[in-house]
Amino acid sequence: MTILAAKIRVEKLSAWYGTKLAIEDINLELEEHAVSGIIGPSGCGKSTLIRCLNRMHETIPKARVEGKVHLDQDDIYELPAVSVRRRIGMVFQKPNPFPTMSIYDNVAAGLRLNGERDRDKLDAAVLASLKQAALWDEVKDSLDKSGASLSGGQQQRLCIARALAVKPEVVLMDEPCSALDPIATAKIEDLIFDLKKDYTVVIVTHNMQQAARVAETTAFMYLGHVIEVGATRELFERPKETLTESYITGRFG
Amino acid sequence: MTFRFDRDTRRRWFDVAMSAAALACVGIAILPLGSILFEASVRGAAAITPSFLTLPAGSGGIANSIQGTLVLIGLTGLVALPVGMLTGIYLAEFGRNRIGGAVRFFVDVMTQIPSIVVGIFAYSFVLELGVAGIVSRRLVFSTITAVIALSTIMIPFVARTSEEALRLVTTSTREAALALGIPRYKVILRVVLPSCASALVTGGLLGIARVGGETAPLIMTAFASPDFFTGLDQPIDALPLRVFRFAISPSLADNRAAWGASLILVVMMLGISIASRAVIRLRSVKR
Repeated sequence: MTILAAKIRVEKLSAWYGTKLAIEDINLELEEHAVSGIIGPSGCGKSTLIRCLNRMHETIPKARVEGKVHLDQDDIYELPAVSVRRRIGMVFQKPNPFPTMSIYDNVAAGLRLNGERDRDKLDAAVLASLKQAALWDEVKDSLDKSGASLSGGQQQRLCIARALAVKPEVVLMDEPCSALDPIATAKIEDLIFDLKKDYTVVIVTHNMQQAARVAETTAFMYLGHVIEVGATRELFERPKETLTESYITGRFG
Repeated sequence: MTFRFDRDTRRRWFDVAMSAAALACVGIAILPLGSILFEASVRGAAAITPSFLTLPAGSGGIANSIQGTLVLIGLTGLVALPVGMLTGIYLAEFGRNRIGGAVRFFVDVMTQIPSIVVGIFAYSFVLELGVAGIVSRRLVFSTITAVIALSTIMIPFVARTSEEALRLVTTSTREAALALGIPRYKVILRVVLPSCASALVTGGLLGIARVGGETAPLIMTAFASPDFFTGLDQPIDALPLRVFRFAISPSLADNRAAWGASLILVVMMLGISIASRAVIRLRSVKR
């Protein structure tokens, strides 16, 4: 498979928790302005992999990384972690709005805590991000309410808006729908589809149908290795590896 | 024919018996508290007059003791709240290593030290400084020495409650903030601390209530001045200390005054406890 423009290039990446090797020798290219899916059974290292892409892996005590991750031309392990995370945002498995902040403050948090004080700029960013996250119409009259007062699906879209507000280039999503019902899931999937116009999206999912619906390319991981990467349709319809085939036909995982 | 309880009857009787036993235990537990509150109220109220509340101990009142307690908890809070909270923040945020483990161990040991020993520590610490000629020997009996003693009790207490408070904030909240590219120190100051503010405030207030009721560490440090506060290097009075002095006095009038001072002390400490509960409620209603 040829990639037109790789936004992120992973080279020989391995990651450990203490002495436990979680992913080993990963090589992967992720296309710009596209949605890349990462699938695989629980514990195969897909979350670990994307947490290495914005240097969140190292926030865990005793966690360690080796190898390279390039964002455009930059090696992210040469840059300050803080600036990497501003360029590569993240949405987590469980919606995690800041519990003591209002909806507005949640979205504005990234900018505000990085020093932005201009009220007009904040207002504009909050409006734009909430609209992009398809949440504006539901919360425009209650921006000062607690973020925790929203439903689970709304909270997750709030978290997406919060990630978008700092204008990242890449958005990583770690099983963003696993805690949501089918309707909320559908909304987020529509949203992901829209996001790729402006962002590069990487989504980890244990739901194969979801990968098939939203991702252009999909990588299948197993036991810490990337087994196969390809155009999503190709990977699901004509897998090259027997392991991939066994997984997508439900023989394990 | 023999009479036998069937199983249901037996179960019902067992239930009644156990409920009664549990209720009796509650009664036994509450009895001393109720008795203290009752005795202190009845006997204390009889001792409380306007002059009792406005005159210093030297003239038969407790005004200087109230003032002394306020000065002591104020100064101790000024020292112990920042030091204790910073220690708690360190333990919760950076203390998952050997150094953190060692600090936590010492903090735990410090909370176990009997308060009279802490009093002796502060006394001999300042005395040694006095002997070495660094400070005046008369500083042994002073507000400063009392504050050293009370801070030694309050710092570990606040450190532990703050650590517990910070641990209430979930990893997922911390990760959300870190993933936005917010520097670690700002994550702690602007996201973690506000998320557990009520627990922090509660811990601080309980710490103040704790040292406000301490007597033992003050016996050989504050030295129960009969007059109003005159300076940090002078002896000072405190309510619990005054209660102690009044209570061991052979004079019946003093014994009565002990009840009055007890009532004021109980009301003050109860007030702090209630305030700390109000803080919790205030924060949880907001949701």
